[in-house]
Amino acid sequence: MDYATNLLLTLPELVLSIGAIILMLVSAWGGQGSTRAVSWTSVAIVGGALIALAGPASGGGVAFEGLFRADAFAAFAKVLIYVAAAIAIVMAPGFFERTSGDDLRPEYPVLVLLSAAGAGIMVSAGDLLTLYVGLELQSLASYVLATFMRRDARSAEAGLKYFILGALASGILLYGISIVYGFSGTTLFEGIAAAYAVPSAELSKGLLFGLVFVFAGIAFKLAAVPFHMWTPDVYEGAPTPVTALFATAQKVAAVALGVRVAIEAMGPALFQWRQIVIFAALASIVLGAVAAIGQQNIKRLLAYSSINNVGFALIGLAAGTPEGVSAVLTYMAIYIAMTMGSFLVVLQMRDHDGTPVESIASLSGMSRTRPALAAALAIFMLSLAGIPPLFGFWSKFVVFDAAVQAGLLPLAAIGIALSTIGAYYYLRIVKTMYFDEPAGSFPPVTSRIEGGLIAASAVFLFPVGWFLIVPLGAWSLTAARSLF
Amino acid sequence: METFPILSLMLGIPAVAAVACLFASPRDARWIALGATLVDLALGLVLWAGFDPNGAQWQFQEFQPVFGRFAWALGIDGFALLLILLSVFLMPICIGASWRAIEKRVPEYMSAFLLTEVLMIGTFAAQDIFLFYIFFEAGLIPMFLIIGIWGGANRIYASYKFFLYTLLGSLLMLIAMLYMTRTAGSTYIPDLMAYDFPVRAQTWLWLAFFASFAVKMPMWPVHTWLPDAHVQAPTAGSVILAGVLLKLGGYGFLRFSLPMFPEASSELTWLIFALSAVAVIYTSLVALVQSDMKKLIAYSSVAHMAIVTIGLFAFNRQGIEGAMIVMLSHGLVSGALFLCVGVIYDRLHTREIARYGGVSSVMPTFAVFFLLFTMASIGLPGTSGFVGEFLSLMGSYQVSTWTAFLCTTGIILGAAYMLYLYRRVAYGEVKSEEVRAMPDLTGRELWLLAPIAGVVLWMGVYPESFMRPMRNDVGRLLARIERATPHGDSNPTPGRGAPAAEQHASAAHGGAH
Repeated sequence: MDYATNLLLTLPELVLSIGAIILMLVSAWGGQGSTRAVSWTSVAIVGGALIALAGPASGGGVAFEGLFRADAFAAFAKVLIYVAAAIAIVMAPGFFERTSGDDLRPEYPVLVLLSAAGAGIMVSAGDLLTLYVGLELQSLASYVLATFMRRDARSAEAGLKYFILGALASGILLYGISIVYGFSGTTLFEGIAAAYAVPSAELSKGLLFGLVFVFAGIAFKLAAVPFHMWTPDVYEGAPTPVTALFATAQKVAAVALGVRVAIEAMGPALFQWRQIVIFAALASIVLGAVAAIGQQNIKRLLAYSSINNVGFALIGLAAGTPEGVSAVLTYMAIYIAMTMGSFLVVLQMRDHDGTPVESIASLSGMSRTRPALAAALAIFMLSLAGIPPLFGFWSKFVVFDAAVQAGLLPLAAIGIALSTIGAYYYLRIVKTMYFDEPAGSFPPVTSRIEGGLIAASAVFLFPVGWFLIVPLGAWSLTAARSLF
Repeated sequence: METFPILSLMLGIPAVAAVACLFASPRDARWIALGATLVDLALGLVLWAGFDPNGAQWQFQEFQPVFGRFAWALGIDGFALLLILLSVFLMPICIGASWRAIEKRVPEYMSAFLLTEVLMIGTFAAQDIFLFYIFFEAGLIPMFLIIGIWGGANRIYASYKFFLYTLLGSLLMLIAMLYMTRTAGSTYIPDLMAYDFPVRAQTWLWLAFFASFAVKMPMWPVHTWLPDAHVQAPTAGSVILAGVLLKLGGYGFLRFSLPMFPEASSELTWLIFALSAVAVIYTSLVALVQSDMKKLIAYSSVAHMAIVTIGLFAFNRQGIEGAMIVMLSHGLVSGALFLCVGVIYDRLHTREIARYGGVSSVMPTFAVFFLLFTMASIGLPGTSGFVGEFLSLMGSYQVSTWTAFLCTTGIILGAAYMLYLYRRVAYGEVKSEEVRAMPDLTGRELWLLAPIAGVVLWMGVYPESFMRPMRNDVGRLLARIERATPHGDSNPTPGRGAPAAEQHASAAHGGAH
C-alpha cells in the first residue's frame, strides 16, 4: 500500500492537524484580534473533516500496516466527536464574554481541534501504541482547556487535578500495555487477540494482569467507577463549553476506544473482561445516581449524570455482541444530544449582570419566567432519566435489549431497577423549575445559534428521533459489525 | 384491513390541541380543551356505534411499521373499547370541573390534561407491546406535573411518590417484555397472546408484569402512593386518576398476564386472592377512620380494585365480566364522588369531614347526587356498583369460597364507611354560618354530575349495553386460559331440578310475562 492511500485513509485527522497547526500560527501572529476569525475557520475545518470522512476514511481500510483502522465503527464515533467539537467551539464566545477578565483567546478553538484529532486517532487505533498516542494528544489538549480561565481558581484546580490524575491513569494504561506486549509479543490488536484466543483456563496470569490494567486505564478516561473521582471537580471547574466537550466528544472517544480494545484486541477473553465491565457498569449507575442526589451545582450534577450514563452504555458492551456494540453507539449518539442540550441551557443561566450562575436553586420557577427554556431542560432531564416518550428511553431500551439478548437477564433487571434512583435527581430539576416559586429570572437567550441548537436537540429527542430509529439502527449496526 | 384511521385521529386531536393550548390565553385554552375533548367523545361514540360485537376480535386496526423494532399498531377489542369510552366520557367532565377551580397557569394545565388523554387512549388502543409501554409509561409525566403544580400543600412529596413508585414497577416489566419479544420473535400483542411461553419462564414474567400492574392497580401493600396522590391532586386530577389511570392495572392483567401466562396466573392465583382479601378488609377499615373526604374515597378505591382483581383471576365468565363492570362503574362513581367533594371544597376550602354537617338542608340538589353516588359506591341494586360486584364475587366463589366470603365483608364495610361519611356531611345540624351560606349546585356543576348519574343508573338497570361488546372477548379469553383453570373449592353439586330442556322452556315462558 503506497503512502498516498495511507494518507487518504487518515484524511480527517490530516485536515484537523494541518488546520490546527496553521491556525496556531495565525493566532500567534494575529493575537487576540483574530479570535473570531480563528473560531469560525476552526468550525469550517471540523466541517471539512466531516466531509473527508465521507471518502475512503470510512471505507473499512487498514492504514500503516494495521496501526490505523478507517472502518465504519471509527467513522460513526468520529461523526459524533466532530459534531460535539464544533458545538463546543460555537458555544465558547457567548460564555467567555461574560466571564470577568478571562477572554476567549484564539488558542481555544485550536486546542479543541487538536483534541478532536486525538480523539479521532483513539477511535481508529489498531495498535496499542497508536491508541496511546491518540489518547495523549487528546488528553494534553484537554488539560490546557480545563484551565482556560486563568484567573479563576476553580479552573486552575480543575486543570491541575485532571493533569495529575490523568498522568497517573496514563501510567497505569502504559503499564498494562507493556505487560500485554511482554506476554503476547505484539502491540497490534490482531496479534493480541490471537494471544488471548486460548481456552480460558490456560490464559496466562500475565495476559490477565495486562487486561486488568488496560481496562483500569480506560475506565479512568471513561470516568467509570471506581476511577471517576476526578470527574465532578473537573466538570465543575472547567469553563462550561469545555465541560460540554469533556462530557460529549471525549466521552464518546473513550467509550469507542474501550469497545474497540475489548472486542478487537481482547475479544476472545470476553469472559474475563465481562466481569470487569459489569462491575464498572453497575457501580457507575449506583454511584452516579446516589452521589448526584445531594448536589447543589448543576455542573456537578451533570458530571454525576455522565458517570451514571457511562454505566448504562457499558451494559451494552457487557453483552459483547454486535447488537450490544450497536446499542452502545446508539446510546452515545442520543446521549450527546441530551448532554449538549443540557450544557447549552446551563450556558443561559446567568444573572442580570451577565455573571454565570450554576446553582440548581437558581432554576426555581423557571417554567414561569422562561417557559421555553424550562421546557427544553425538562425534556433533557426526563430524557436522561429514560422516561418515554422522550428519545432517551430508546437509548436505554437498546442497551437493555442487547443485554437480554445476550442472556444477561439479571444484569438487565438490576440495571434497570437502579435507573429509578437516577430518575429521582433528574426529577428534582424538573420539580425545581416547575413546582417552586420563581427566584429571579435569567435574561433572554441572546445568541440565535445557541437558542437554535437547544431547540434542535429538544426536537430531536421528541419527536424527530423516533422516526430516525431505522436509519440510526442500521448505521450503528453496520458500524458495530465492522469490529467483529 | 385499511379503514379510516379513527384511532389515530382520536390521538391526534387532543395532541394538537395540547400544543395549541400552550400558545393560547387562559380563556381560549379552556375552550380549546373542552372542544377537543368533546370531539374525542363524539369520535368515541362513533367507535362504539361502529364496533361489531360479533365481528373480528380486533377492529379499527392500523399498522405502520415506522419505528423499526416496533410498529405504530393500533386496534381495539371489546375491553379496550369500553375503557376508551370511559376515558373520553370523563375527560370533558374533568375540563369542566377545572373551569373555575384552576386559576393559575391555565394553558399548561389544559395541555397536561389533553396529553393525559392522548396517552390513556394510546395505552388502551396500542397493539404493539412497546407502543403500549411507551404510552403506559409516558402517562407519568403529565400526571407528575398536574399533581406537582396544581396540587395541595404536600404536593411535591405526593408527586415524587407517585412517579417513582410507578416507575420502578414498570421498569421490571420492560425487561420482561424484552425477553418475551426475543423469545416469541414478535412485538405484536395478538401474536404474543397466542404464544405459549415455557411454564418456568412464565412465573418470572408474570411476576415482572405483576410488579407494574399491582402498583398501578393499586394492590395492597403497594397502594400507599394513591391516598397521597389523590389528596394532593386537584379535583379533576383525582377524577382522572381514579377514573382511568387505576384501570390501566386491571387492563394490563386482562391483556397481558392472563392470556400470555395462563399457567403462571393459575399458580399464583393464591397471591392475588390473599392480597385482595387483605386489601378489602384492611383498606375498608382504614377508610372508616379517615377525617379527610378525599382520603376516604381513595382508600375505598383500593378496596374496589381488590374486587376487580379477584374477579379477573376467577378464571370464569362471571368473574371477568364482573371485574370489567366494576372497573367501569368505579371509574364513574369514584370520579363522581371526587367531583362532589370538589363541589363543596370549592365553597368551604376544606376537606375535613368534621367541618361539614347539614349540607342536605342547604344544598338539596347536591345531596341527592351525593346520595346516589354513595349508594352506587356501596353497590345498591339498580346502580352500576351492584352489577359488577355481584358478578365478580359470584365468579370468585367458584374458585375460592373463603376469598369470596372475606371480600364480601368489604361490601358491608363499604356501606359502613360510605354511609358514615354521608351522615356526617349531609345530615345533622348545620354547624356553622359558613356552611349555611353555601349555595346549591350551579348549572355547570349540575351538567358535570348529571351525565355520570345517568350512566350509573343505565349500567345498573341495563348492563347488557356494556356487556355485549366484550362478551365474545371474554369467551376468547376463557378459551385461551381454560387449560389452566385452578381447581375450585366450592364443589357445586348439580341441582335436582327439571332437566335442562324444561328449564329453558320455563325460562322462556317466564320471560314472556
